[in-house]
Amino acid sequence: MCLGVPGRVTELFEEHGLQMGKVDFGGVTKRVCLEHVPEAAVGEYVLVHVGFALSRIDEAEARQIFLFLTRMEDPSELQQGAADEISR
Amino acid sequence: MKFLDEYRDANAARKLRQLIAGKTTRPWTLMEICGGQTHTIVRYGIDELLPPSIALVHGPGCPVCVTPLELIDKAIAIASQPGVVFCSFGDMLRVPGSRGDLFGVKANGGDVRVVYSPLDALKLAEQHPNRTVVFFAVGFETTAPANAMAVWQARQRRVKNFAVLVSHVLVPPAMNAILSSPTNRVQGFLAAGHVCTVMGYEEYEPLAARFRVPIVVTGFEPLDLLEGIYRCVCLLEEGRHGVENQYTRAVRREGNPHARQLIERVFAIGDRKWRGIGTIPASGYRLRPEFADFDAGRRFAVADLAVAESQECISGLILQGIQKPHECPAFGTRCKPDHPLGATMVSSEGACAAYYHYGRRKAE
Amino acid sequence: MLEPPPNFEAFSCPVSSSSHERILLGHGSGGRMTNELIQRVFLPAFGNDVLAALEDQATVPLGPSGSRIAFTTDSFVVRPLFFPGGDIGKLAVHGTVNDLAVGGAAPLYLSAAFILEEGLPLEDLQRVVASMRQACNDAGVQLITGDTKVVDRGKGDQIFITTAGIGLVPEGRTLSISAAQPGDVVLVSGTLGDHGIAVLSVREGLEFETALESDTAPLHDLVRAMFAASDDIRCLRDPTRGGLASVLNELAAASRVGIELEESSIPVRPEVQAACEMLGLDPLYVANEGKLMAVVPAAGAERVLSAMRHHPLGRQASVVGNVVAEHAGLVTLRTRVGGERLLPLLAGEQLPRIC
Repeated sequence: MCLGVPGRVTELFEEHGLQMGKVDFGGVTKRVCLEHVPEAAVGEYVLVHVGFALSRIDEAEARQIFLFLTRMEDPSELQQGAADEISR
Repeated sequence: MKFLDEYRDANAARKLRQLIAGKTTRPWTLMEICGGQTHTIVRYGIDELLPPSIALVHGPGCPVCVTPLELIDKAIAIASQPGVVFCSFGDMLRVPGSRGDLFGVKANGGDVRVVYSPLDALKLAEQHPNRTVVFFAVGFETTAPANAMAVWQARQRRVKNFAVLVSHVLVPPAMNAILSSPTNRVQGFLAAGHVCTVMGYEEYEPLAARFRVPIVVTGFEPLDLLEGIYRCVCLLEEGRHGVENQYTRAVRREGNPHARQLIERVFAIGDRKWRGIGTIPASGYRLRPEFADFDAGRRFAVADLAVAESQECISGLILQGIQKPHECPAFGTRCKPDHPLGATMVSSEGACAAYYHYGRRKAE
Repeated sequence: MLEPPPNFEAFSCPVSSSSHERILLGHGSGGRMTNELIQRVFLPAFGNDVLAALEDQATVPLGPSGSRIAFTTDSFVVRPLFFPGGDIGKLAVHGTVNDLAVGGAAPLYLSAAFILEEGLPLEDLQRVVASMRQACNDAGVQLITGDTKVVDRGKGDQIFITTAGIGLVPEGRTLSISAAQPGDVVLVSGTLGDHGIAVLSVREGLEFETALESDTAPLHDLVRAMFAASDDIRCLRDPTRGGLASVLNELAAASRVGIELEESSIPVRPEVQAACEMLGLDPLYVANEGKLMAVVPAAGAERVLSAMRHHPLGRQASVVGNVVAEHAGLVTLRTRVGGERLLPLLAGEQLPRIC
């Protein structure tokens, strides 16, 4: 349900007919089942829960909130702009 | 860690707090569905950082907490049988049954082991052909693809000495039950981001429309929660409702089609009892009949034991967001993590445990 | 659909007492259950003031000259026996040397008693013993007495080692967990959680690949360097099982003070953070075997910190918090995003979680 951690795919391999991979969480590498995210390529980030990748991390989307906050120089002035911005 | 650390940035958090404060003109009551989100909120002190007019109530998104007492008792009975290796996620080991818990079974000589993934339990079964490995398949939709894969693989690899005890619950029926309740005071929801990576969020659209509430699919880091709250408040202030997605880096509207397909092959939807709440129709998964061989509930004919819930425990009210942990008369005194009266105090993401661990003793 | 909420008007308290009839794993965790076992079973049985002070070592005068001997004992049951960066033998020697060192003692002699399980490969025992010899050499101590017992196969977990150690405490030096005062500074000698995570990385069911190794090390020379900088040190402890959070809770209770930690100041290696995120653990509760916590008056803190940073075992020494008069007995943490939370003593072991 909750503990999903992002990690980088470093290797792909097959085991028991399943697409598997090694995922690096920042110095700690775990064998992860990639069967549900077959398009994941080496170097990409996936979200992992109990040893299974559930989703690819979209790096462009990941930046959105920081771009939005950078534009909010004076938050109290830009309330309406913020609301419009976010509801894309 | 990339995609984690940046979502804990103090300056960005401050900006979002200011945005929320600037937008809020009226009191609002929001519910975060997932126990992991409750954990983050309490662990980082996020609700303290919100304007006092925003009330956060903690939802029933703790699959450990809502596993029915009968099933815990069944798990304990199965784990106590000779020849069984009982595998579970760590969260389940201290949940109180009618008498004792899985940790107690270990003390009495049972072979109870913590595993990280259901596939580890399957591997154990292959390594120990003359024992029966039973895996406690607990979770919301997020964990269903992994549990389904373990069963699927067990059949593919013809592993006969493996079974799962299923306790899967679904989020939308729970939200429907909360919204339908006459005592409901929740006006907006932060939906469980990781559930939605699997299931998508199409199924929340009818709920938002019928009950005219905002539902924002939200992640689990401090900036995610703050942005989710901000977007929910924006919708409420503008009198709008509908489903929005804050967690766009991981969630797509259709979810994960591969995972959903596997879930559908292995599990069927059925009625499910939620501990502390009651039976909610069509709110859980059970194994399809073709996988009956792997159903520990059927393989182990365990006589129904007398089920005895603590009279004092109000976890049902907590799970529905009607009361807060520190409002319970037993909180922190008769009910603590080392002698819990109910599941919400035991599970590390249960609201009572989160409050106890992170120190919410004062009334808000 | 939903049952009506339960009626609480006519309550009787059905409370179960927390009596455990068997030893549970939690009794060995270094948290509340361990404390309760000590208070309920061991202290009443052995009842003496020295034991009741519950320091990591017992310092007692011997003879009229005033020199005091520090005396400590410990047991080692780690699984697996061999882990990245060390083994049970190395751990046993360092652990006892460190218990003496945090009492301000120069460690001198050790004893070691082995309980071996029938069927243990001799080669494993030889590896462990060789490792202990090396560790003794590195720490400048001698292992001068010992014992061996063997139990039936299945009645023991390969090797259990119990050590005892003796050291000498210079005149006038007193370190105590009851000595912290408001205004004092809390230091750690380096990154937290390395040992516990390194051991987990090779534990069945949870294995993962990492370059991380246990930080097991003898700390007596670091302590010497700290005292050379300032002899005004209130308390030293090595945060083993239960981690830094557990030790600070004991300190807060014994000294009747509050402790406030700053999350962003706490040094944690990226690999330890990654493993903790993955398993749902908190590094503040994970065991260390080559680190120490120090409480020093504010005036001398810079000098002591500098001495630590100049020592190979203290390169990442940091100030992590302060001792305050408020919320006596409680440890709080100011989080990275600005909120505050309590850091309590856990009942038992920390477990990996999915949620």
